[in-house]
Amino acid sequence: MALAKRIIPCLDVDKGRVVKGVQFVDIRDAGDPVEVARRYNSEGADELTFLDITATHEGRDTIVHVVEQVAGEIFIPLTVGGGIRTVDDVRLMLNAGADKVAINSAAVANPDFVREAAEKFGNQCIVVAIDAKQVEDRDGQARWEIFTHGGRKPTGIDAIKWSKKMVSYGAGELLVTSMDNDGVKDGFDLPLTRLISDNVEVPVIASGGVGNLDHLAEGVLEGHADAVLAASIFHFAEYSIAEAKQHMAKRGIEVRL
Amino acid sequence: MTTHTTIAVIDYGMGNLHSVAKALEHAIQFTTGRSVSINVTNDKQLIGSADRIVLPGVGAIRDCIGEMQRLDLIDTIKDAAANKPFLGVCIGMQALLSHSSENNGVECLDIIPGEVTRFAEKLIDPSSGERLKIPHMGWNQVSQQIKHPLWHNIAQHQRFYFVHSYFAIPKTAESIAGSTTYGHPLCVALAQENIFATQFHPEKSADAGLQLFANFIDWDGSYDSSGQ
Repeated sequence: MALAKRIIPCLDVDKGRVVKGVQFVDIRDAGDPVEVARRYNSEGADELTFLDITATHEGRDTIVHVVEQVAGEIFIPLTVGGGIRTVDDVRLMLNAGADKVAINSAAVANPDFVREAAEKFGNQCIVVAIDAKQVEDRDGQARWEIFTHGGRKPTGIDAIKWSKKMVSYGAGELLVTSMDNDGVKDGFDLPLTRLISDNVEVPVIASGGVGNLDHLAEGVLEGHADAVLAASIFHFAEYSIAEAKQHMAKRGIEVRL
Repeated sequence: MTTHTTIAVIDYGMGNLHSVAKALEHAIQFTTGRSVSINVTNDKQLIGSADRIVLPGVGAIRDCIGEMQRLDLIDTIKDAAANKPFLGVCIGMQALLSHSSENNGVECLDIIPGEVTRFAEKLIDPSSGERLKIPHMGWNQVSQQIKHPLWHNIAQHQRFYFVHSYFAIPKTAESIAGSTTYGHPLCVALAQENIFATQFHPEKSADAGLQLFANFIDWDGSYDSSGQ
């Protein structure tokens, strides 16, 4: 009897629609977040993550509506990320039915926001997204640095130190994305994931770079991740969540089947 | 028996009330054909007149008990817990015990004798040697320790969704309705007369959670701990 490692499909939502070409075989409308969420739920997803990529203010109301609709029908944990900048943003998403929010650039711009949000709503609903790239020190030593703005802006902040700081500020979970690997389908950055996971008390979600089911298993076995997040391999119906779980179980990982 | 029942979900400003209300609404279809009205409320009269009570909650225990006091709900909750089907969830379960060590120690409602305490700093899985993360977050298996109407149609060792850093240690083992393992055995469901309480979140535990909610809606509140 043990805690299961989680598989979390991630949906990019723009103006209330799922984007990035979701191609399920027998879904009428692959852009409808409720329908996609329902599909993932029935396949056994352990949680869902919505990434709101809408930059406009009007778009915010739309994602709130999406969260309300999904939370009214699918009874597994739901995380919303993208554009969470204020305590009011957090409250809005939680009231709409999100269980957690993922805070990204706003944490870098103002670390106290994480502390404030965690004190107000509890650590369990504050996920801090750690976007890191491998860089070299002057003496040629490899290390990881936090980047913002979709990987374009270096911050000079060391990823491991930052992870520990965010946990001490009240993050209940860390979502670790390698900016080097994201979208490359070469697998997670395992040394980065492992280094962070081994250095913090809270659960770590590995993200960025999944191209096949072995990558998911490696995230747990070698990256020491507590959960694995993937988008495109599920969207394009390359693999179902159920297949992913069976594969992980075959590699000796405890999953919820 | 009436086929209509009213449920008060006690609103004391702590988090996931609407998730709980939505899941209860959804669970109605799995009951024995009842009509149900659900009120998310802190109105003492509505709570007093409701047929059954759900005490949900996420967050920290000091705020939780503090808000109950501020809203003058303590006696109302104790009255309800004394005489009608009552379901506590997560912090709503922990609040029922005598005392919690969270926030430097908080006196709780003392409805079920026992303590709430935090997981050890360095929690290790004794079988694998693996270090375990805190919060205990995700889907873990629940082993049913007693036969109870709320476990109806739920498989032994079914997985439920957890997220917590503190856990209950009831004074008497008889009140343990369910347990799991996370570094050590852990009480995750309590039963005492007309009260049932879960550390896990039925509202986030997919079909098994909805079944538990449906069982609660159908439950007449009777449970004989000696007569199993």
